[in-house]
Amino acid sequence: MTAGAAQSSEIILRTKGVGKTFGKFVALNNISAEFCKGKITSIIGPNGAGKSTYFNLLCGAFPPSNGRVEFEGRDVTGLPQHRFAHMGIAKSFQITSVFPQLTTRENIRVGLQALVSRYDIWRPRARLSELVERADELLALVGLWESRERAAKTLAHGEQRALEIGMALASQPRLLLLDEPTAGMSPEETRTMMDLIVKLALERTVILVEHKMKLVLGISNRILVLHHGELLAEGTPQEVRQNEAVKRVYLGQREH
Amino acid sequence: MTEVTESLEKSRAATFSWYDFATRHRASLAAVVILIFPLVMPFTALAVNILIYGLYALGFNLVFGYLGLLSFGHAALLGTGAYLCGIAIVHFGWPWYAAIAAGVLGGLVMALLIGVLAIRTRGIYFAMVTMALSQCVYYLFYQAVDWTGGENGLRGINVRTIDLFGLRLDFINPMIRYYVIAAFVIAAFFAMSRILASPFGAVIEAVRENEMRARASGYDVTLTRLLTFVLSGGFCGLAGALQALHLSIVPIEILHYETSGLVVMIALLGGMGTFFGPMIGAAVFLVLENVVSVWTVHWQLIVGAIFIACVLFFPAGIWGTLIARGRR
Repeated sequence: MTAGAAQSSEIILRTKGVGKTFGKFVALNNISAEFCKGKITSIIGPNGAGKSTYFNLLCGAFPPSNGRVEFEGRDVTGLPQHRFAHMGIAKSFQITSVFPQLTTRENIRVGLQALVSRYDIWRPRARLSELVERADELLALVGLWESRERAAKTLAHGEQRALEIGMALASQPRLLLLDEPTAGMSPEETRTMMDLIVKLALERTVILVEHKMKLVLGISNRILVLHHGELLAEGTPQEVRQNEAVKRVYLGQREH
Repeated sequence: MTEVTESLEKSRAATFSWYDFATRHRASLAAVVILIFPLVMPFTALAVNILIYGLYALGFNLVFGYLGLLSFGHAALLGTGAYLCGIAIVHFGWPWYAAIAAGVLGGLVMALLIGVLAIRTRGIYFAMVTMALSQCVYYLFYQAVDWTGGENGLRGINVRTIDLFGLRLDFINPMIRYYVIAAFVIAAFFAMSRILASPFGAVIEAVRENEMRARASGYDVTLTRLLTFVLSGGFCGLAGALQALHLSIVPIEILHYETSGLVVMIALLGGMGTFFGPMIGAAVFLVLENVVSVWTVHWQLIVGAIFIACVLFFPAGIWGTLIARGRR
């Protein structure tokens, strides 16, 4: 048991036989996997493989139909979404999701405030000035300091994605979940984003959902391949690339 | 490129100072306007009505403009405040200040009851559920004839003097009545300004902007909505209590769904989600009603046409449009 405990301290997130059905449709079937602390793990697979469903189970957007999710050894299955942020799990959405009318800085500031003050209706929020300072630091980190006073809706697509990452970082997560962070980005924006992800992974665990296999091979420590709601393969990028089953699934598909 | 942004920021800084000044001192500005308001109005009674409906719309706007939920049941909050204030005076002989407190509490509790049932629904469903529940409240008060006077309304809320630490104010005098009510409305404006400037005020707007993102950031969206709805109920309850004192009767129509619709109109007219919009909407609406109804009984036709024109050409409302112009 002591040996097992020592090993499990390296595991930050674990799913045990999780599945998800929508009506009669089985989106995800019996997936057991472990995610190592401090590493970049990518979840890949063709369209409709169940990547996003699996992602949503990991970040608590909805509960699994069966099985359980453990974060740092704690059962977190079925906890409401907002509790995940407090535990140290943050996510970015596949479809860009920011507060459009608020300024870029206020977007991050609100994200930071969630850890400090949620129901205070009386003290002026200007008193929480340290939040503005930390917001500015995060804005600098994701490269948006110049745009801090602009409404988030006026930012370019790539900038909005970066803002989302900044907002996810605001809750000081130990685990960062990113759902196709480069979706719809230009090659240049994609490169910037990939560099940022590598930088972020120095201080925290990153789990990444990606459609384009080539993109994640270079930066991932481990890769999970999903197909038709099943776990098709798992391993290092090298192993996954040489896996016959993976080759078959991706064969004929245009490699991006 | 940098030159462009620099000059843009400069020009913004020039116009923004006014805007920032007005925002920072918005409650004081409202207080000044309210204090000089009756001096420019032809009848004080109209000025009092504008205050009360402005306060009602101020509370409604917290849910409608800032939280982004269309409630069609706010009449229940206003009406409960009015009835509880009236009942406290008529049936229990409570002093005026305790009766006002009862009205505010009534608004809060009613908002909690309606909120708990309705807050999980969205959009048109939220509007429908709140309307249905407020109709239930209407029938409840309508049936409780012994307490509320039923169809005839609750009569006999006769507050003639206001005792204030030994000072006896003649509540029959229209000017004194105005300023007593104004004191409460100004206090409410200060409270609203604080709520909007608080950390929770930021959460309200975040939930309006993007519910999913707010949840992912760690906010309990349902609880935030409920708390906002309850706060709104407090403001509307106060408006109701003041209305009861002002009219010395609570007509059953105060709970009618027309009262719920009226406040939507006032908020849209003035500018939803703006601080001064509700009060301006109430002033414009009630003055129009007053002026137009003098020369035609079909005043609703004309006010309705003006309302439609406003919604079509100034969807941000009167104050919202002015702000947008001023900021440009």
